[in-house]
Amino acid sequence: MESEQLYHRGYCRNSYNSIASASSDEELLDGAGVIMDFHTTEDDNLLDGDAASPGSNYAMSNGGGAPSSTTHLLDFLEEPIPGVGTYDDFHTIDWVREKCKDRERHRKINSKKKESAWEFTKSLYDAWSGWLVVTLTGLASGALAGLIDIAADWMNDLKEGVCLSAMWFNHEQCCWTSNETTFAERDKCPQWKSWAELILGQAEGPGSYIMNYFMYIYWALSFAFLAVCLVKVFAPYACGSGIPEIKTILSGFIIRGYLGKWTLMIKTITLVLAVASGLSLGKEGPLVHVACCCGNIFSYLFPKYSKNEAKKREVLSAASAAGVSVAFGAPIGGVLFSLEEVSYYFPLKTLWRSFFAALVAAFVLRSINPFGNSRLVLFYVEYHTPWYLFELIPFILLGVFGGLWGAFFIRANIAWCRRRKSTRFGKYPVLEVILVAAITAVFAFPNPYTRQNTSELIKELFTDCGPLESSQLCQYRSQMNGSKAFSDNPNRPAGPGVYAAMWQLCLALVFKIIMTIFTFGLKVPSGLFIPSMAIGAIAGRIVGIAMEQLAYYHHDWFLFKEWCEVGADCITPGLYAMVGAAACLGGVTRMTVSLVVIVFELTGGLEYIVPLMAAVMTSKWVGDAFGREGIYESHIRLNGYPFLDAKEEFTHTTLAREVMRPRRSDPPLAVLTQDDLTVEELQATINETSYNGFPVIVSKESQRLVGFALRRDITIAIENARRKQEGIMLNSRVYFTQHAPTLPADSPRPLKLRSILDMSPFTVTDHTPMEIVVDIFRKLGLRQCLVTHNGIVLGIITKKNILEHLEELKQHTEPLAASWYYHKKRYPASHGSNGKPRSRVHHVQLIRSFQDGRGGGGDDSEEEEVHLLDGSNL
Amino acid sequence: KMSSGRGGSWTFAGAVVVALLLLDFVDFAQTKNFEDVRCKCICPPYRNISGHIYNRNVSQKDCNCLHVVEPMPVPGHDVEAYCLLCECKYEERSSNTIKVTIIIYLSVVGALLLYMLFLLLVDPLIRKHDPYTQPLHNEEDSEEMRPPVDPQARGNTVLERVEGAQQRWKKQVQEQRKTVFDRHKMLS
Repeated sequence: MESEQLYHRGYCRNSYNSIASASSDEELLDGAGVIMDFHTTEDDNLLDGDAASPGSNYAMSNGGGAPSSTTHLLDFLEEPIPGVGTYDDFHTIDWVREKCKDRERHRKINSKKKESAWEFTKSLYDAWSGWLVVTLTGLASGALAGLIDIAADWMNDLKEGVCLSAMWFNHEQCCWTSNETTFAERDKCPQWKSWAELILGQAEGPGSYIMNYFMYIYWALSFAFLAVCLVKVFAPYACGSGIPEIKTILSGFIIRGYLGKWTLMIKTITLVLAVASGLSLGKEGPLVHVACCCGNIFSYLFPKYSKNEAKKREVLSAASAAGVSVAFGAPIGGVLFSLEEVSYYFPLKTLWRSFFAALVAAFVLRSINPFGNSRLVLFYVEYHTPWYLFELIPFILLGVFGGLWGAFFIRANIAWCRRRKSTRFGKYPVLEVILVAAITAVFAFPNPYTRQNTSELIKELFTDCGPLESSQLCQYRSQMNGSKAFSDNPNRPAGPGVYAAMWQLCLALVFKIIMTIFTFGLKVPSGLFIPSMAIGAIAGRIVGIAMEQLAYYHHDWFLFKEWCEVGADCITPGLYAMVGAAACLGGVTRMTVSLVVIVFELTGGLEYIVPLMAAVMTSKWVGDAFGREGIYESHIRLNGYPFLDAKEEFTHTTLAREVMRPRRSDPPLAVLTQDDLTVEELQATINETSYNGFPVIVSKESQRLVGFALRRDITIAIENARRKQEGIMLNSRVYFTQHAPTLPADSPRPLKLRSILDMSPFTVTDHTPMEIVVDIFRKLGLRQCLVTHNGIVLGIITKKNILEHLEELKQHTEPLAASWYYHKKRYPASHGSNGKPRSRVHHVQLIRSFQDGRGGGGDDSEEEEVHLLDGSNL
Repeated sequence: KMSSGRGGSWTFAGAVVVALLLLDFVDFAQTKNFEDVRCKCICPPYRNISGHIYNRNVSQKDCNCLHVVEPMPVPGHDVEAYCLLCECKYEERSSNTIKVTIIIYLSVVGALLLYMLFLLLVDPLIRKHDPYTQPLHNEEDSEEMRPPVDPQARGNTVLERVEGAQQRWKKQVQEQRKTVFDRHKMLS
């Protein structure tokens, strides 16, 4: 029934084509498959529904599955040429081709399975290798995260002093068993010596302060210098946060060495140094890169993943989930992060594997227990106090602050990075790191909130004032005279300590904002999460304390009267800090769901989801009002990576004809003919052009499309033939057909290149709207697409052409204003002023004839919908 | 030829990691250090007694104010009220893990530093007298200079193979450095 209908429709079109376009009968024969307009695509997609993977579309769109799949099978049975099907550095992969390859391999293993026990074991190994590789990745990333945590804590405290009894302990571990019993001396213990104590022999006084100051700067500078030197000498790819590049790689780009073992090692080592140097950066983003390196390295152990770039990206998706899982101790948040922020192709199977990898990584880190608090992160907090409805107002205000900060940070940081990229100033990376580290250290030391590790600062801001807290932030008046018990009146008037802390926090806020802008993008591993969260936490804490004091002094206001009875615990400043942190992080990265889940996994309290959601959503709205891109997308654009964002909508009305290469002024498209080229001509074509692939046509006269051959494959194949086959000369004939052409008797042996020919390239007609083309590129992950007209090749659209086109449109129009109209009507450009179809005459008439047969009518857009519905009902 | 060098370094790295892990686990299993658990009670100021921190080495089930706070600063009838204010936390750590981690980390950093110094200071001096290999800081990696290196890579002795792998690696890093620092194509 289904096939009959399909056949019927195809027949309609063919008969129409033969009449209207007056094409020859020969063309008609393969016309049904090759002339692929967007209606066919959509119909087929709808027909296939969810059951079909993209691969079957692939076969479908090329004129029936059966013939194309048999040719593929034949091709694979031929001796494969080593190297064909791999990619060059900085090239885009073809997802469709890779998936086809994997299915072919899978079929081969499955068919051999029953032959012998060994083959059966091999197939089992193959089936399990996906889980094995994510397990190994999880184990490795958990272990490396533990190493980074422990080493960074120790090195960070090395700036202040050293543990004499055991060199390898940080301050807290050093004083683990100390018996200092009073609050005043809780941080002191005889084993831990500050540098002033060791060098000058005195712990107090201006001299020792200056000595400590000097040693702090000295260590900070030497750590930073060492980090940047290691990066520069051993692995330049180890610098930066890595998330923009990983996003690009996951979307199908090849950067050789970016996920290699040297990058892994240097990133791990220098990440510790960079965090310890006190620069305004965090280790969370780079941990994602580290986990992805682990995933890539382990995937080399399994042929299923090492030989297939698309499959490898599934492992990398899982690895990035494991990375966030250990960075924040949030396994589920990690999975969602991978889904929302970094991944491009994320099928359900990958979701489960990501989940498992995150679980394994979190488990390993938990058993290492790097912080001695049985938690995965330093700043884990637990609240139990409820929040009240009116508090949503300050939470939303924090969201506004977060959005403003995000927009400001993105603008400022991108401007600074552009300067670094384009001017001479970028020539001195080492000097720049040293300079920023020096400025950071000089200004950070006097302020206790900036002197300490940023993670510790966040912890202190998140934690509520309880009896355990002895920090300055909690010096409320009632606590100081010690006459009242705590639980009686938690909302207390602020003491001088709190006022002093407010000042210092304000200064710290300004300092962090300025330094983070200049730090992100330095040539050391630098994450953005922790500084953003710190900024938000500082702002949130300030707002929280202000609210608390407001509630204390004006508890007769109607707002506070209703909820905050005297003596009730009503404002929790720590919660404000957390909401602020989430809002700022949301403003910078524009994450929503994963961010809320990460933060709520940090707190373990479900009741704060609503405040977090409100703040994060507000910050995203406010941030989007100033610019729709998050920091990672902005960096991707700044660096010009070929990344086709799946989140952005394409709202313009251009046609494929306007985007395709060659342009009107360009030289004609470089094509190969299927059987009348010689090796010399082929090589000349390849050497004269810089294109990465060439359409293969029947002959110069008919120009109909046969297939597509990649430049790299052609070069490899010719090399290979020269070495292995006898009698291949410069004037040998090259043919892409199944059988060799008839040649004169004295000609040298011809070269068959059919095995490298892609018989099923994607094609669209020249009138296809770009909206559809962009969608095809995004959803199927194409690398290039041929543009045809009546089966004749006109040009080619590559991913880079599309990106250039998007960039052009972005500069010429204001998409926000223009998009509204286009949304309502789908293809306005193809209609003339009188509402009649203009350029796609053929097409619409075709539908009309089809519709007339069924008695349909109405205007065009309606017709399209009817048509689509018909297709899905068949 | 590529895989042999890579495989060699792979096995080596794998062996090192496994050895370290084993070492760590053996260490960990052997000495569950007596000092690695603590029960820390923080008692806030109460009446006219100032705040105190108590730190004792007890098992997890004994980790409460009654077992840890000793001597009790308040008379018997006040103990309950005082203890309600105290917060006790049981904490565990593994000092061996910390020790091993820091030692591994420092040794890796030390090794890298030495190698870096070797590459920057000693290597150019040796290379100067070697006519076949070109200096590290040459701008153009010309194709015709590759053949003299490659046969060496296929050499029989381990040293030659290592040398070849090192040369290839150096070339890759050089390329990366150009991409990142000179052309600013990436990561800026």
